[in-house]
Parts: sequence; structure tokens; C-alpha cells
Amino acid sequence: MSFKKNTLTVTPSAFSFSLLIIIFMTAAASVVSASAVSGPAGPPEADTVEIVIASPTSPVVSDFKYDDGNSLILTWVPSIDDLPVGGKVLGYHVYRSDNGGEAKKIAELIPGSNYFKDDDLYGDTTYVYHVVARSANSRAASINTEAIQPRREWVNLNLKYLFLIALIIAASVIYFIETAKRGKKLFVRKIAGLEAVDEAIGRATEMGRSILFIPGINDMDDVQTLAAITILGRVSRVVADYDTKIRMPVARSLVMTAARETIKASYMAAGRPDAYNDDMVNYITDEQFGYVAAVDGIMVREKPATIFLLGGFFAESLILAETGNSVGAIQIAGTARPAQLPFFIAACDFTLIGEELFAASAYLSGEPKQLGSLKGQDIGKGIAMLAILLGVLLSTIAAVGDTETITEILKFITKVFTVTN
Amino acid sequence: MKRGVPLIITFVVGTVLIFSVFIPPMENLGENFTLFFDIIAVFAFFLGGGNLLRVHLTKLSRRKRDWEYSIVTIVGFFFMLACGLFKIGNPGDISASLTAEGSWFQTIYESMFVPLGSTMYALLAFFVASASYRAFRAKNREATILLLAAFIILLGRTPLGTFVTSWIPDSFSIMQIPNLAIWIMNSPNLAGQRAIMIGIGLGVVSMSLRLILGIERTYLGGDDKL
Amino acid sequence: MNAFTPPLALALVDIGRVISLVLIAGGLLWLLIRAIKLKEVERRVIFLFIFISVAAPILFPTVFKEKATPIVKAVFDKIESLPPGSKVLLSYDFDPAMAPEVQPMADAFSRHCLVKGHKIVYMCLFATGQGQFTRTMENVIRPEFPEKIDGVDYVNIGYKAGNEGVLNVIISDFKKMFPTDVNGVPYDSVEVFKGIRSCKDLDLIISIGGGRPGIKEWVLFVGDPGDVPIATGVAAVVAPQLYPYYPKQLLGLLGGIKGAAEYESELVIHYPRFKDSPTPALLMMGPQTLAHIVIMAFIIIGNVLFIQGRRKEGKQ
Repeated sequence: MSFKKNTLTVTPSAFSFSLLIIIFMTAAASVVSASAVSGPAGPPEADTVEIVIASPTSPVVSDFKYDDGNSLILTWVPSIDDLPVGGKVLGYHVYRSDNGGEAKKIAELIPGSNYFKDDDLYGDTTYVYHVVARSANSRAASINTEAIQPRREWVNLNLKYLFLIALIIAASVIYFIETAKRGKKLFVRKIAGLEAVDEAIGRATEMGRSILFIPGINDMDDVQTLAAITILGRVSRVVADYDTKIRMPVARSLVMTAARETIKASYMAAGRPDAYNDDMVNYITDEQFGYVAAVDGIMVREKPATIFLLGGFFAESLILAETGNSVGAIQIAGTARPAQLPFFIAACDFTLIGEELFAASAYLSGEPKQLGSLKGQDIGKGIAMLAILLGVLLSTIAAVGDTETITEILKFITKVFTVTN
Repeated sequence: MKRGVPLIITFVVGTVLIFSVFIPPMENLGENFTLFFDIIAVFAFFLGGGNLLRVHLTKLSRRKRDWEYSIVTIVGFFFMLACGLFKIGNPGDISASLTAEGSWFQTIYESMFVPLGSTMYALLAFFVASASYRAFRAKNREATILLLAAFIILLGRTPLGTFVTSWIPDSFSIMQIPNLAIWIMNSPNLAGQRAIMIGIGLGVVSMSLRLILGIERTYLGGDDKL
Repeated sequence: MNAFTPPLALALVDIGRVISLVLIAGGLLWLLIRAIKLKEVERRVIFLFIFISVAAPILFPTVFKEKATPIVKAVFDKIESLPPGSKVLLSYDFDPAMAPEVQPMADAFSRHCLVKGHKIVYMCLFATGQGQFTRTMENVIRPEFPEKIDGVDYVNIGYKAGNEGVLNVIISDFKKMFPTDVNGVPYDSVEVFKGIRSCKDLDLIISIGGGRPGIKEWVLFVGDPGDVPIATGVAAVVAPQLYPYYPKQLLGLLGGIKGAAEYESELVIHYPRFKDSPTPALLMMGPQTLAHIVIMAFIIIGNVLFIQGRRKEGKQ
């Protein structure tokens, strides 16, 4: 007999010997599993007929691909007595033996199961499995699988296309940054909301009223909040130059700390460190509607001339925007949550839609390096548009023409843009 | 140095976390860092709570405008803290469940916190009406299309929409208002949402690269030169 | 309102309905005439009309017939088609602010699963979800299904912090994340968990809510990798974002009060025993319908004002 990975190659002269081994192991496994599950198997009671069921067959264990060497996949063919209606099989038990030790039950599965993923294993341990089908009063065990050690893969090849696309986009961003550094002028379309920032701050200065900056209700681990803080840096620099009042109520303590540093640095850069005050940024509460109530109160009492609503918002977006509108403030909003964009568009004077929020900091700085990164993300958009056009075209042709080649190309494109782990 | 160290940390951590997606032995790193952030954020609660108390106590001591409301804030803050920490009213001792039936914490949560939250959320009904009145004006072609779509969706979300076009035969069922509303949500609206989401995804990539490479440093404070 | 409501009360309700409709219609007509004369509508007047249009159908209950749309029917049919004893997980991923919209869905799902004899696992990814489950317990399980036993027909495993971290664990091992239920009963002793080692052993997962963590995390971390059927009930404002997931990743979706009302209606049609059960979503469709009509009327008034303004500018 020779063993290959998960297959059995048998010479004819050893056939009967193998058969004996299989029968013996199946019987042994049944006894072991029966006693492990429900104590030593005794003879059936006088008035209970033992329900005989066929054992599951062809148990195969294989390494789970692209993991840290801690998972194995077990598959088997369910017992022929496992039927959707009137089946005698009530479920399956999976047994595992570690390094040749005693087989222990590790899972109970429902009827119809033919797959099990075993996690939290060790790469230096050898595992052997078998599956036991159970009825109301009997067990039937499969043969043992081959012994196997889980393997660690260092690279997840399922994500190769994602890596490639990420590489292309990152490379184009870096390329355009370098191009911009060399002095090439890059065209960036006008974003009305950002063009109005200086004007909005000027309005507040002329009216002698304050600016209210609301960075959303998410914490510093949200990229929208980071985008808001970077815009705050630009806005507070102008505010420091114009000597306008700025007020920033926040819903997260870490955001308060970061915002204070940002505004303080802007005032120092403007040469007005004495004008900075920690009370420009204050913490309200983490609770969503408590925060909204407080901010609404600030808006109605202090009547700011300009309100910036930039960051991550949820249901409170319309409440804030409408209250701001009611006090006559000019409002510039921006969020990357599509559900809240319609509310901002309806209630605010200017809205930064999705990516415009992330582009704002680069746009306002006007620095070539930053603008270069905006050009780079356009390559990503180009790839997306091309893929969509191609996909739509090919799907239409495939639906009409039913060509195998087209279908294969379509499947390939779908595979490239689908992330499966 | 003051900004150099955070920039190096940002670069190293950012790069490692990107590569950890593709390297199976490191795939739990992202989760672990999220937990680290949560732990740091918990400590930051003290900062926030301290700031809240300082602002309101200052307001109270100096009798600034509306100082009476600061009393409500401070009393509420300490009262809920005491109820939660000392499990006042809980059946059992201090190790009992925070939200056990009969506990003062749970009672105040249900009788005050929940209705107050619902009240604020209910404001949306009024603001939707005033925002719609102001925003949906047929100023140009696009605004008119938006207006018509809004009408169809508003009608389609009510039984009146079904009633108004119930006479349309099934062969033209797409013209029935509820089906039209679903088509608007599933087709043009969805196309727009997907386009925005693709743009957002790319914007996040670009922003993240700028942060990791240290091109964007405003969040650290100071000007952009090291 | 049911068969036992006295005729006088019914008559008063009808009178109340008529008076409020006349008030609203008359008021809107008056505002339209003022708009033609270029008189702006004050914000507070709009608020007043909205208040009346929402309060009147609540004070004088008005229930409309609902027909389930395919996207809602898909969820109903799925629960209906599962054999009795199937394992269904209901995740309460919402807070009290969202409860008015999604609590009716949660209650309707519970009713449907319990009447079908499914085993329900209740959990939440929001800390406040536990409180919302208590409402289902008090409003649905205890009064309507007193024969159902905790641990045998349903189990509450409560809340665990960690957002998607929780889902990352339960996709492969439930017991690791929830070693006991909320009452401290060990996992292996709970009959509902027999045959459930991980989410992959569930027949259906329904996430109710719309915030984060919520249905997107369920699809991303459990539905897709584990190939588990997932449905959801969310607030109306979140529903548009989830249409891309239907029908491949989400087998169905209840969007807002309308979705909940359609589901409640479907439940009553199939199970007449629920005729007298509370149907808050169906009741809320009355205010929603009237409020929508009032909003549409104000949009028309706003446009009349706009057109009149343009005409005047043109003449000048």
C-alpha cells in the first residue's frame, strides 16, 4: 500500500488486508464514539429496536488555504440514511485525534452537513478525523481520514487582484505626487463648497459673529474625522489671521485633544498664540442626540454666522443643518455617508459629496504634492469606469449571444473585482 | 522630533496594517489595533468628562449666562455615575448586573434617556417638512426631475400611492406608483449611490496614502514643514 | 380598536378624523392662496401642520391595507418555508432612537418565528439592544407565547462588545464568544444550541437596525464568508444603501415603517390568530401617509410661490 496526500493507492494483493483494516477501524470507531458520547454501549433494551444507519463515507481532510496554519477543512459524503424527509440520521459528530491520541468529539452538526472547518489548530500537531452519524439510538462512524498537519501560507493568493489594483492606484498617486513636485501644473476642477470657505469666514468676521465647526460624531479612528481635522487646520489658520471667534463642540474626547492641538498650532503659525484658548474646543457627550441637543442650543443662542458640518454624521445631520439654516448661518457641509448627503444638500448652502471631503484638505492647501494625490485617485476612477463599461457591454452581449468566450471573460472580470478570503 | 516620531509611527503602523491584509499570519493585527484604540479611547473618557465638568463648574462659579442649566448637567452627571458605580436600587450587591430590573440606572434610562432620545429623533419629521418646502423648487431641469422623483417616492411609501394607480393593468405594472418608487430606488438612486461609494473608497485610499506618507500633517498641528 | 370598541367611541373617532382632515385641507388651501399672493409660509406654520397630520391619525386610529412588496415578501417566504425547529438568529442592532421604526419589525419576526416553531437565538451588537429585546419579551413572547420556554424555544445571549470582532469569532465558534446565555446557563446546556457550533449552522440570520455595527458587518463577516442566508430590517433612511446587496447577499429587506407594516399585514393574512395582536407599524402608516401628503402639499405651495416670484421678476 502506498499513501499519497488524501488518497489511497492499493495493490491488488493487499486489497483484502485493507478491507479488513477498514472494517476493523469502522467498528472500533463506532465503539469508541458510542462510549465517548453516551457511555459504554450495552445491548438495546428489550422493547427498543436499534435503528441501523449507514455511516458517512469518503471523509477527506485538507488544509484551509491562506491562513496562519490553524485551520483544516473536513468534508464527507453524508450517510445514505440522511434524507430531507423521513431520514433516520439526527446529526453528525466530528471526532479528532491529536498526534495519535484519543479521538475526542469536537463538533455536533445538523443533518445534511457535509462540511466542517476546524479552527484554532497548531501547525506542529498531526490531526486525524472521523465523522459519526447518529440516529435516535445508534451510531455509525466513518473511516479515519489521513493524518495531516495544517500549513501556514505566507501570502493570501486569493487577494492577488486586490493587491494588484491597490498597487496600481498607490503607484499612480505617488507618480503624480512626484510629477507635481517637478513643477508640472495639475488641473483640479473647482469645488464650489471649498471656494466658499474664505468667503464664509470673512462673512463671520464682518458680522462679528462666531464660526461653528462640527467634526461629526465619530472618533479619531474614522477617516472622515481625520479629514475634518485636516480641514480644521486650514480653516483655523484663516480664522487666526482674521481674528474671528471659532467654537468647536465635539462628541469624542480624542477628537477634542487633536482639535486643540490643530487650532493651537494654527494660531501659533499665524503669530497669535495669545489669542488661542482651550475653551474653543469643548467636549459635550458621546451620546448622539445629547450632542445634537447641545449643539442646537449653541446655534440658537450664539447665532454663528458660519457653520462647518464636516465629518461622519448619522440621523442628526438634518437636525443640525436645519437648525443652522434657521439662525441664518452660511453652512458648508461634507460627509462620506451617502445616506446623509441628501439632507445636507437640501439644508446647506454648499455640500462636499463623498470624495470631495477627502480632497478638501489638498484642495485648500493648493500644494502640488497634495494635488498630485488627487490626480492619482482619478486613475482608480478610470479603472472602475472601464471595468463597469466593459462588464455592462459583455453582460449584454452574453445575454444576447451566449458566447462561451464572452462568458469566460465576464467571469474573469468579476473574479478580479470580487474580494473573497 | 515632536512631529517626526508620530510621522514615523504613522508610516510604520499604516504600512504594516496594509500588508497584514495580504499576509495570513498577520491578519488579526487590524483587529488587535482596533482593540488598542478602544482601550486608549476609554482613558480619553476621563479627559472628556473632566473638560465637561470644568466648563460647567466654571460657568456655575462665575454665574455666567444660563448657569442654572449647568447645575442640571453636573447633577445629572454625578447622579448617573453614582447609580451605575454603586448599583443603587439593584437587587443584589455591587457586583449585580448594571441593568437589572429595579435598578435606578435602568429606571432612569427607560423613563428619561429613551424618551429624550426619541424626542430628538422625532424632530426629524418637522425638519424634513421644512427642508422639503425650501429645497424642492423647480429652478431648472435637474431640480424638476428631483421634484418629480420626490413626489413619486413620497406617494409610493404610503397606501395612497397603491390606491391612486391601482387601476393600471398588470402589463404596465411598472407605472404603478409603488413599483415606480421601488424602480427609482433600485435603479437611478442605486447607480448614484454606487458611484458615490466608489468615489468615497478612492478618496479614502488617497487620503490614507497622504497620511501614511506624511504628506498630510495638519492633524499633528503646526505647519507642513518638519 | 377591535370588535369590542363601543359604537360611541367609534363614532367619535370618525368625527375626529373628519375634523382633522378638514382642518388640514382647509389650512393648506388657505396657505396656497397666500402663496399665490406671494406670502411666504413661516417655518412654525409648517411645524404645526406636521404636528396635526401626525397626531390626528394617532389619536383617531386610521389603518390602511398593505400589500407586501417582493423585497419584503422574500423575508416572509423564507421564514415561512423553513421547517419547524429551524435555527434563526435575531440580532437587535439598534438603540432606543431607532426603536420606533424597527421595534415593530423585531416583534413581527419574533411572532412569525415562534408561531412556526423555529428556535430563536437573540443577541445584540449594540449595548442598548438588550433593552429593546426586553420589550419583545414583554410585548410578544410572554403574552402571546406563554408556552415557549427560555432555553428550549428561544435563548437570549445578550450583548458583547467588539463590533465586527464578535462576528469574526462567531462565524467559526459561537461558544467561544458566548459561553453562557444572559442567565448564566452554560452553552452546552441550552437546548436551542444543540447542533449550533457557529453561525454556519444557522438557517437564517436577521439583523435589525441600521447603524454600525449592523447589517453590512453581518454580510461582510458572516453572510458572505459563511454562506448563511441573511435578511434585515432597517430604518428607512438606511434602506437605499442596502439595495445593492439584494437579492444575492441579502435575501430580503424591510425598509422603515412601510416595510414593517407590509410584514405585519402579511403575518395577519397568513395567521389570523394575530388579528388582535398589536400592529404598531400598520398604525404608524396612518401618520406617515398624512404627513407625506402634507409635505407634498407644502412642496406644491413652495413651487407656486417660486413661480409667482419669477413671474413678478419677469414683469419688473
